[in-house]
Amino acid sequence: MEKEQFYYDNKIVKMFLSATILWGIVGMLVGLIVAFLFVFPGFLEFAGSDNAISWLSFGRLRPLHTNAVIFAFVGNGIFTGIYYSTQRLLKTRMFNDNLSRIHFWGWQLIIVAAAITLPLGFTSTKEYAELEWPIDLAVVFIWVIFGINLIGTILKRRQRHIYVAIWFYIATLITIAVLYIFNNLELPVTAFKSYSVYAGVQDAMIQWWYGHNAVAFFLTTPVLGLMYYFVPKVANRPVYSYRLSIVHFWSLIFIYIWAGPHHLLYTALPGWAQNLGTVFSVMLIFPSWGGMINGLLTLRGAWDKVREDPVLKFFVVAITGYGMATFEGPMLSFKNVNAIGHYTDWIIGHVHIGTLAWNGFMIAGIIYWLATKLWKTKLYSKKLANIHFWIGTLGILFYAIPLYVAGFTQAFMWKQFNPDGTLVYGNFLETVTQIMPMYAMRAIGGTLYLAGFILLAYNIIKTAKAGSEVEDELAEAVPLKKISGKRIAGEPWHTWLERRTVLFSILTTVAILIGGMVEIIPLILVKSNVPTIASVKPYTPLELEGRDIYMREGCNNCHSQMIRPFRSEVARYGEYSKAGEFVYDHPFLWGSRRTGPDLHRIGGKYNDNWHFNHIMDPRSTSPGSIMPRYTWIIKDDLNASDIEAKMKGLVTLGVPYTDKEIAEAKQSIIAQANKIETSLRQDPEFVKNYGNSNIQNKEIVALIAYLQRLGTDIKANNNTALK
Amino acid sequence: MLKFIRHNFDGMNGIEIYPIISLVLFFIVFVTMFIIVMNISKKRIDEVSRLPLEENTKSKENTHE
Repeated sequence: MEKEQFYYDNKIVKMFLSATILWGIVGMLVGLIVAFLFVFPGFLEFAGSDNAISWLSFGRLRPLHTNAVIFAFVGNGIFTGIYYSTQRLLKTRMFNDNLSRIHFWGWQLIIVAAAITLPLGFTSTKEYAELEWPIDLAVVFIWVIFGINLIGTILKRRQRHIYVAIWFYIATLITIAVLYIFNNLELPVTAFKSYSVYAGVQDAMIQWWYGHNAVAFFLTTPVLGLMYYFVPKVANRPVYSYRLSIVHFWSLIFIYIWAGPHHLLYTALPGWAQNLGTVFSVMLIFPSWGGMINGLLTLRGAWDKVREDPVLKFFVVAITGYGMATFEGPMLSFKNVNAIGHYTDWIIGHVHIGTLAWNGFMIAGIIYWLATKLWKTKLYSKKLANIHFWIGTLGILFYAIPLYVAGFTQAFMWKQFNPDGTLVYGNFLETVTQIMPMYAMRAIGGTLYLAGFILLAYNIIKTAKAGSEVEDELAEAVPLKKISGKRIAGEPWHTWLERRTVLFSILTTVAILIGGMVEIIPLILVKSNVPTIASVKPYTPLELEGRDIYMREGCNNCHSQMIRPFRSEVARYGEYSKAGEFVYDHPFLWGSRRTGPDLHRIGGKYNDNWHFNHIMDPRSTSPGSIMPRYTWIIKDDLNASDIEAKMKGLVTLGVPYTDKEIAEAKQSIIAQANKIETSLRQDPEFVKNYGNSNIQNKEIVALIAYLQRLGTDIKANNNTALK
Repeated sequence: MLKFIRHNFDGMNGIEIYPIISLVLFFIVFVTMFIIVMNISKKRIDEVSRLPLEENTKSKENTHE
């Protein structure tokens, strides 16, 4: 059959590549700012320490950093590689140019929307899914556009066999859609506010099923697809074992999806779900290392090239980082290791091995290589690329190692007992001040890494200026002959499967759904999984408003609300947390790390004035604290105009507010606020400084009401038996 | 390692069959996968794994705009 001529769309690849570089710098810069906030908590208070700037506070910037590096930097990075490799592997232009453009601009708009709304405090608080519901809808729409474009391209291909990289792209497409939709099921109560449809333990389970698999199917599978294309391409030799890649693919996508509950070990999640998470997380090391070995051994006999070529250097460190992170992951899933690592900075070190080394270096290597292809020229400076490689690698080490030290230091200090049975470091701050040097070193590591990435940006701009403007690339290939959808005589089963795109996608969906369903459906349907506690009551309207402020400020980024059943934690924080205490928590606010202490039993521990002063200036009550000053919470009036809508929304979700309670919500708020104001007036200092400032109308009273309520439902009725 | 898991099931009755079912299922799935993968011919594997290395662009560049 005669060869057809067609053009590869290089422009879309260039667009995504430029966006990757831009958002990479932005996302890492926000990360660096956040890292410096640990060392200099007040350095963003440009308007003076009495006028802290809300949108520059840690709790709001941290989600901006994680979302920016995951979805903006790595997201655009994987789209760059996918749009380049898919066209070439399938010997066709992308399905539809308009869809490609809508995908690109839609994605960038979502990023801009996130960059505006997150600092403004619009957040659902669920990690890496913080975006509020209107943006969630936009994400789903753009993802569908990407899906149509990808599947459309596969259907019009000129290459019968679908290479393993494309399978990883298909798995990414399907799984992210499933995860994102189910984790973001939320009930909008106002234009920018929603409540998760799940509560407490169930919400936690769905969130970490999502959170873990966002790492799996956004930061891992698409990047593995890129590895399977770009490493052979750059090294100019086929992948080490194609058979291994098939085994890698199916076992990875099947096992990964079960592992989510390892984020919830020793929490109030039912034991059977925790154990499933542990077992599958440990198994996960096999496919992960299979993939790592396959990537590294592709370079067998080409190690001389690794010495010469900065691109291959980036790939080698990236794949090694993947191997390290996927060894550490299963180890951290053992309950006894997790008891040490969870809530500490070890976890932050662990994820940054994955992101800085695996994601960041893989994408850097791909960008350097693609620049020479897209602009048809040599790289502006190989030397600069080498410098980037070395300071980037140093940056990773300077980032991760101090955090490992910090993590172990925290864990051991938290758990240390005196011979008389009291905690050696009873004040949480002792553990914070101890690891400040580690936080400083981490910030230096981050600076090095970002500096390296800025060199990349400079190098690529110079390369692009020297190169030529080739937007479309002429190619030719023989079109596919129509053949039967059935297996041809002698055709191996998997080879046949690989040309049946729809069947292949369905099998992939089945493989990824099994794990999630086995874990989630019983948790939602079987009531005995969450034993109810009679004394646990819904929040009052004022507490509910306070909880929304807690969420808006992202307090959950540093404070957990989940006391594990360890002697050290019960001694420090109080009675361990029970599943039944969270049945009205839409969403759950368990948090995932303790930069500050756990807050689940904070209610009643300090008086209202302590909270007032602590929010105003944390260092006045807790010397050495690195918490931001929240002066605006004391100055801003509480806006409770949506309280009825919020309560009605929660009624829909199963919270038993009565019609009377909803009708009288505003009176209830005023009454409870006045009570707190009266209690604050007991302190003469308060009367002197704030006596005339109508504190009962301010946000602070709502926040105090919520904090004083936390964990008290079972304190008040200690004798109430579990039903 | 199993000490983390076993105690959860102490109180349950009639569940002895589930671990066996799981093991058998896993065994079947992975062995089948292994057999399928091993049955792909060497020639086919070589051909497929060279896909990323194929260059089908024309050497003469064309901006066609």
